[in-house]
Amino acid sequence: MKVLVPVKRVVDYNVKVRVKADGTGVETANVKMSMNPFDEIALEEAVRLKEAGKATEIIAVSCGVQASQETLRTALAIGADRAVLVQTDAELQPLAVAKLLCAVAKKENPTIVLMGKQAIDDDCNQTGQMFAALMGWAQGTFASKVIVDGDKVSVTREIDGGLETVSLKLPAAITVDLRLNEPRYVTLPNIMKAKKKPLEVLAPDALGVDITPRIATLKVEEPPKRKAGVKVPDAKTLVEKLKNEAKVIQ
Amino acid sequence: MTTSKPISIQSMLLSRRDLEFVLYELLHVDTLTTRPRYADHTRETFDAAIDVTAKIAEEQFATHNKKIDQNEPTFDGKRVMIIPEVKAALDAYCSAGLMAAAHDYELGGMQLPYVVTQACFAHINAANIATAAYPLLTTANANLINAWGSEEQKATYLPHLLSGRFFGTMCLTETQAGSSLADTRTRAEPQPDGGYRLYGSKMWISAGEHELSENIVHLVLAKIPGSPPGVKGISLFIAPKYLVHPDGSLGERNDISLAGLNHKMGYRGTVNTVLNFGEKGGAIASLVGKPNAGLAYMFHMMNEARIGVGLGAVMLGYTGYLHALDYARKRPQGRPASGKDPLQPQIPIVGHADVRRMLLAQKAYVEGGLALGLYCALLVDEQRTAESQDARREAGLLLDVLTPIAKAWPSQWCLEANSLAIQVHGGYGYSREYNVEQFYRDNRLNPIHEGTNGIQAIDLLGRKVGMEGGAALQVLERAIAHSARQARACPSPELQRFGEQLTAAFARVTEVTQKYQAARDRAYAQTALANAHVFLEMAGHVTVAWIWLRQALVAETRLARVESPDADFYRGKLQACRYFFRWELPKTEHWHRLLNEPDSTCEDMQDEWF
Ligand SMILES: Cc1cc2nc3c(=O)[nH]c(=O)nc-3n(C[C@H](O)[C@H](O)[C@H](O)COP(=O)(O)OP(=O)(O)OC[C@H]3O[C@@H](n4cnc5c(N)ncnc54)[C@H](O)[C@@H]3O)c2cc1C
Ligand SMILES: Cc1cc2nc3c(=O)[nH]c(=O)nc-3n(C[C@H](O)[C@H](O)[C@H](O)COP(=O)(O)OP(=O)(O)OC[C@H]3O[C@@H](n4cnc5c(N)ncnc54)[C@H](O)[C@@H]3O)c2cc1C
Repeated sequence: MKVLVPVKRVVDYNVKVRVKADGTGVETANVKMSMNPFDEIALEEAVRLKEAGKATEIIAVSCGVQASQETLRTALAIGADRAVLVQTDAELQPLAVAKLLCAVAKKENPTIVLMGKQAIDDDCNQTGQMFAALMGWAQGTFASKVIVDGDKVSVTREIDGGLETVSLKLPAAITVDLRLNEPRYVTLPNIMKAKKKPLEVLAPDALGVDITPRIATLKVEEPPKRKAGVKVPDAKTLVEKLKNEAKVIQ
Repeated sequence: MTTSKPISIQSMLLSRRDLEFVLYELLHVDTLTTRPRYADHTRETFDAAIDVTAKIAEEQFATHNKKIDQNEPTFDGKRVMIIPEVKAALDAYCSAGLMAAAHDYELGGMQLPYVVTQACFAHINAANIATAAYPLLTTANANLINAWGSEEQKATYLPHLLSGRFFGTMCLTETQAGSSLADTRTRAEPQPDGGYRLYGSKMWISAGEHELSENIVHLVLAKIPGSPPGVKGISLFIAPKYLVHPDGSLGERNDISLAGLNHKMGYRGTVNTVLNFGEKGGAIASLVGKPNAGLAYMFHMMNEARIGVGLGAVMLGYTGYLHALDYARKRPQGRPASGKDPLQPQIPIVGHADVRRMLLAQKAYVEGGLALGLYCALLVDEQRTAESQDARREAGLLLDVLTPIAKAWPSQWCLEANSLAIQVHGGYGYSREYNVEQFYRDNRLNPIHEGTNGIQAIDLLGRKVGMEGGAALQVLERAIAHSARQARACPSPELQRFGEQLTAAFARVTEVTQKYQAARDRAYAQTALANAHVFLEMAGHVTVAWIWLRQALVAETRLARVESPDADFYRGKLQACRYFFRWELPKTEHWHRLLNEPDSTCEDMQDEWF
């Protein structure tokens, strides 16, 4: 059973992002980048499936700039067997990534695609769902538990108000949530081993995918600064202000 | 819907930008990959090792730094209790392979250059210096056994030390033998089987007893009866807490008992012990190498150990600086000196020049200290792997003269940085709700252990600067002259001037050294040696001025080519260099006067007059 794990290179979660002066996006020059934390969880799950004898091969895929190779090397050090980079400098939106992943999946024929539920840079939470729909596969999103059993996989999902367990027929796409597992640390010997694992580089054109953005970004700006609070004399005024000024209750 | 990971703020441990500047722009550490031992490496593998260490530091070590300070290890007469977070952090550290980072691939290592292991460990130090002490000691212990142990000793201990199954200690000090190891009393009685039994008591032993690892390997200095008096009669022994069978399984408990714990100002998480050897018949031990060569073996590892202590001091200063900077940007207090309109809102204190003075001093001390420490760490690699024998010899000489500085300078000035970090925090800095008071307490150890700064000073003036006919100092002189020439050739008139000032300052160091050498055994030498600490401070400040000039020369060239915000990084480097040359280096002129006359005020002071 092959497992495909898409991994995205994003601004490290420790970095306080700054909006570029011209409002076209956020500053990424000289900013620490790392693997999207949700993808790390997806990869960890794949490695555990392999350790449990359920998966036979793990392929990490990334779509993006050349430097995403570093992220793929990390994936290889964590336990992926080989890696594929669909390399482009162009802006990639979720639909384009979903199509690229489809093209790779059709080449590789994985049984499960395990991916993060969203990337912490754009917080879109769309790629997994689009990918499953384009493939015509079953999907289990926001997974906090994954059990592979024969030709089925049971996925426990974190939903508003509790947990829901769905049983999916394989092949399937699973997007993972924070509580699925605790990703391991890369080990130093595995960093060296990762260097020798294969990393294939493809071009979007070669996969026959049109990645042209469908959505235009008009402007990116800082969220408004928090204003100083006020003291209210009593509960009645508080309720009034919440209703009429903050408009958070009705 | 659940939320994504919490977005935390920029690292409070160290600036990755600065670390990369030092490693790759200043020291060109990536060129080490041309050496056979590091041939499999690239900058990417170095960075990957740093990344994982930084992550473990943030997630496993920093998270219990305050808790272990407030809940120090306890001893109930039978067992030592340590909060579980310490073991969890150390397990993560060992499982990632960090204990073996510098060792051969065959031993499970990554064959990382020493300088890269130090860049990694810097994060662990900044996150939690007390928990960091366990791997620090274990690594030192393993290196000693690797360098001087027999094949059998290596086979018995090394794999387990490198995997973290066993931890190590260094047992040198006794109550009557602290700075003066010549007075070591622990006795090693030869046994018919070729082994030894130890009898005596060791004081201040860090990590001497705990259950963080399956076994503890003590490296013990002791005297074999009949050996010469003083340091020439000291031998080195391995004595494990549990005896180890040839298959690696553990046997009986050795005759080493915990007499009690010491209660410290800082580093509270590092359990500190009084150990009794041989109360019940003798602690079973094996001799390392030859008899009476124990101190020589220790000294062989001394450069690394002292650079390590210096870098620990740097990192406490560094994290304190980042805390102070963050606080100063957020703390509104007072109004601009130019217009004190009480109707205007208060400004963040970073807006006050006096606060920027304190921040700039911290920056100059800690970034200067980091660059100095990593430069010395690179010299360790040069000494081991440089292509020509001459280059290896030069690196060794430079290390000999710079080691006392690399240990003492940060432990004095980065401690001062910690004091300034408290000052920036005002009353809050003095309270235990904030972190900076702990950094100060932790850092207060560093001028004391691994040879007090007083002892480092005597080592530098009394031994190092004159060794091999002054050869070490000459190598340093050439290195400094090279940078001064670069400065004179650079387009910036200011850096040209700094180059001249550095040359003049170094000439003052040489002048005192030559007078001291020429005056051996005479009154001048005696008084100068009495003022050795001033010499250490002078040599230290001149060395760090040199390190700052080198950083400024890189920054000056880069600044011409980059755009903001990286330009601000380089401007910051230039400003810190400016600070060091204008505010700090001139202090050496006064220190030089005290040495040149030499001033005998302290020497002449009589005990009765106090
Ligand atoms: C927290 C902590 C952890 C430690 N961990 C270890 C450990 O793991 N293993 C170990 O073996 N030791 C350890 N030590 C011991 C440490 O190395 C000694 O404290 C240190 O060597 C100083 O010895 P001392 O404390 O006996 O001070 P002393 O030697 O009594 O020194 C007191 C003062 O006198 C000065 N002085 C002494 N002799 C001279 C001289 N000849 N000329 C000028 N000035 C002099 C010193 O500079 C110092 O200022 C530790 C100590 C501490 C506090
Ligand atoms: C143990 C303790 C006991 C105390 N007891 C008392 C008490 O009994 N009664 C009482 O009233 N108070 C007491 N205090 C409060 C103490 O007086 C304040 O902590 C002190 O005045 C500093 O104020 P702050 O802590 O708000 O620091 P801040 O004013 O926030 O100062 C922080 C830093 O900014 C600098 N700074 C601030 N403003 C400027 C400026 N305009 N220009 C340049 N630099 C500036 C300061 O020098 C300092 O380095 C106590 C404090 C402590 C820690």
